[in-house]
Amino acid sequence: MTEPSGPPRVPVTVDINGVSVSRQVEPRSLLVDFLREDLGLTGTKVSCELQVCGVCTVLVDGRPVSSCTFLTADADGAAVTTVEGLSDGQTLHPLQESFVDNFALQCGFCTPGFLMMSKALLDGDEVPDRAAIVEHLEGNICRCTGYEPIVEAVEHVAEQLRGGTHG
Amino acid sequence: MGENVVGRSVRRPDLIEKVTGAAEYCVDVTMPGMAHAKIVRSDRAHARITGIDVAAALESPGVVAVVTADDIAALYARFGHIISDHWILATGKVRYYGEPVAVVVAETVAAAADAVELVLVSYEDLPAVMDVDAALAGGAPLVHEQSYDATGDESFQNLSHLEDEADDTEAVLSNIAHEVNVGWGDVDAAFAEAAVVVENTVHFPMLYAYAMEPYNAVASYHEGALTVVSTAQHPYMVRDDLARVFSLPLSRVRVTSPYLGGGYGSKSYTKVEPLASVASWVTGRPVKLTLTVEEAIYTTRVDSARIWVKSGFAADGTILAREFDIVMDSGAYADNSPLVMAKSVNRCFGPYRVPHLRARGRSIYTNTSPASSYRGFGAPQGNLAGETNLDQAAERLGISGADIRRRNLVRKGEEILPGKRGIDADIPADLEMVVESLERDRKDVPYYGIGFGCSASDAGAYPISTAQVRVQIDGSVLVLSGSTEMGQGSRSLLAQVAAEELGVDLSVVTVVQSDTSVTPYERTTGASRTTTLVGLALQRACADARSRLRDMAAELFECSPGEVRDLPGAVAGPDGRELDFGAVVRQWFGGSAGEVTGVGLLRRDGATQKMPPFWEVGMVGVAVEIDPETGVVAVDQLVTVADVGFAINPRAVEGQDLGAATQGLGSALHEELVYDGAQLANANVVDYRVPRVKDLPRKIDLMIAERRDGVGPYGAKGAGEGTLNPIGGAVAAAVARAVGKWPDRLPLTPERVWRLMSSD
Repeated sequence: MTEPSGPPRVPVTVDINGVSVSRQVEPRSLLVDFLREDLGLTGTKVSCELQVCGVCTVLVDGRPVSSCTFLTADADGAAVTTVEGLSDGQTLHPLQESFVDNFALQCGFCTPGFLMMSKALLDGDEVPDRAAIVEHLEGNICRCTGYEPIVEAVEHVAEQLRGGTHG
Repeated sequence: MGENVVGRSVRRPDLIEKVTGAAEYCVDVTMPGMAHAKIVRSDRAHARITGIDVAAALESPGVVAVVTADDIAALYARFGHIISDHWILATGKVRYYGEPVAVVVAETVAAAADAVELVLVSYEDLPAVMDVDAALAGGAPLVHEQSYDATGDESFQNLSHLEDEADDTEAVLSNIAHEVNVGWGDVDAAFAEAAVVVENTVHFPMLYAYAMEPYNAVASYHEGALTVVSTAQHPYMVRDDLARVFSLPLSRVRVTSPYLGGGYGSKSYTKVEPLASVASWVTGRPVKLTLTVEEAIYTTRVDSARIWVKSGFAADGTILAREFDIVMDSGAYADNSPLVMAKSVNRCFGPYRVPHLRARGRSIYTNTSPASSYRGFGAPQGNLAGETNLDQAAERLGISGADIRRRNLVRKGEEILPGKRGIDADIPADLEMVVESLERDRKDVPYYGIGFGCSASDAGAYPISTAQVRVQIDGSVLVLSGSTEMGQGSRSLLAQVAAEELGVDLSVVTVVQSDTSVTPYERTTGASRTTTLVGLALQRACADARSRLRDMAAELFECSPGEVRDLPGAVAGPDGRELDFGAVVRQWFGGSAGEVTGVGLLRRDGATQKMPPFWEVGMVGVAVEIDPETGVVAVDQLVTVADVGFAINPRAVEGQDLGAATQGLGSALHEELVYDGAQLANANVVDYRVPRVKDLPRKIDLMIAERRDGVGPYGAKGAGEGTLNPIGGAVAAAVARAVGKWPDRLPLTPERVWRLMSSD
């Protein structure tokens, strides 16, 4: 390992779903490839590669980003949450439950992005109303459902928050 | 009728896997020792290849091989299930911008992508035909200088009306890939007698399905056997194509389709599987190929169409005759466009009594991205023409859009295609549901219009389906089907059917799908067939399993099989003794081990003898409100009826209908691929705009009509395409009524609507 070979590397340390991970990555490494290829976290998907479909959305320090255009090097020192980090492994996150209950997905390819985007909204200070949910999800494309069930699923969780069920 | 598990909106078990990120899609699949492929693509529309220099690419770090047509000349290097005209790699010449010319195989995706830039292809440009007019002009350059033998998919002939043309005379080469004619009666005489004749031409846009998971595959060719995991809707069809390419027995080719990230017909038939497979054949390594969205658009798009329609009516609005001329731009290769055209011709004139009909359809080769299947299969194209023509006739006749349809819609049991299955739906009743809902919430504001449309699709495709159930020693059940889960919900639905038939809890049923070496044969996953055809095969498999279990129980009870009665999840002997399924299996084998397999086979026979297996009705209404300053069309109401006979999972049916309608609204209002010279101007999701959440209609009314009138389980029929088919015409009619002028093309973008309103 002393003889450098191949492309140059940069060191990164990222907290992924609560686990600290240190790796050497190519400078051009994209966060989504780092997650999917290097770490095997394939729950995050890729589609447009242009930051317009929302499929690859993950949270970096709580902020939703398109991991298809986010450099891994820029996540150095940050906390990244992916769809695999939503559930504690025992019980589903209320958003996950609500998406299933409301048939808010079909093929499911866009779903990790919608879940992470919705989590960012619900983690905010104000409980969103329908209009705020629609506004917030405008950057995520779903080709299967026609969106209404997704909006209903998020509204349902927002109502639970408002009622203090999961507050 | 006393069902317990079907007819309920049960939670779909597959959705739980999908919300946790655990669900495996093809793009997540790897193989040991896998290399990665990227494709060198043509950068011109039509050109002779004069040389391919791969030397620099081969020296690039991490590159394993560069595969060109020369490397695979020993193979049958073409595919195509109707006309095998589709070269795996451009051979001699390129026929469209984006066509694969070479495959670079490297240790990483990045290394392959880097080396793609180093492959130097020299071309000698040829004159190109970029649209159907150029392709049909006298002396037009030929996209294909040779004709190809039909691949001989016999069922294709059964599906379409090719009986009359089977004996093709030595055809002069042209850019017509395929022609279909349907008709009856004396059209010219009927037109001469008509009180009103209405004629118009419509243009249906070039679309992209945009299944969000782009086409991808991983293939391993090893010791005379090929294993492929891909995004194929029809893994068995892909297997057949690949077996032909490599001259392998079918049993030596294994194609698996995990969860698909959307399909909508666009993943029907063979796509990238041959590219990954030949790369593996050359390199001896498993090879993975994942396309970008831009590459996916250049792999398969939707046939655009120009359709001329003329209809003659009696003074009371009764249809006397209809004539259609459909010209589709099918791109550089036929793929499934001949079937799309056959379906378009069958579906263009609508579920109406048409005493005299003449319909001609031509699929045209052009130097553009190849077109193939998309949800609705030619129906949206034809329907736009037929329905807008009907609404314009209503205006001329001074009757309402509802009344002209009431006068002409067929009743249950009437044939719309001679010799085919009569209509198995109450379409007039469906129409009343739509009209009532639309009128109830009609707004009295300027620039507001409503439109509705009907369609009937000869759906289900060819009835060859098989299914297996395997009853385990603990009474749990495996269901095996070659039908692919791509979001539509078959995995959950088939579990419901098995649980219902066997009387077991839904939670103990597991469905395994789409592995040609494991799951039983299924012809396709398309044409809304799974509920009806796989459902029937599965019912038979369950009956077969029950029969075997009764026989085994009879041995244990020491009685005759006829004395054993069925109970939910169990059997009972003549003395009242009961044994659950698991106990029967355990005791019969005697070693607390074993299983019982039930097999269900379905063919064109009995209830599924008449084609089509069922009619898929499309019945939609829309209300639009237009901003006269900008031309922006807001959808105020979306009303749909799912005429499904029986909804096995009602929420899933609604999901199919809203999804299909939303895609239809996309093509009606936003979506269109635009060629600018040799290449597309908008081969990306920024410029090709699909519906987003803010485009949601203000009111959505999804109704389900359940009259148990299908041949499928519990009277079910398929769903999933119906509401897409008539949306375009409904939107066009609504816009026409809002602005007082008839559009002749989709999508009705703000600019188009504004220009329409501003025109004289």
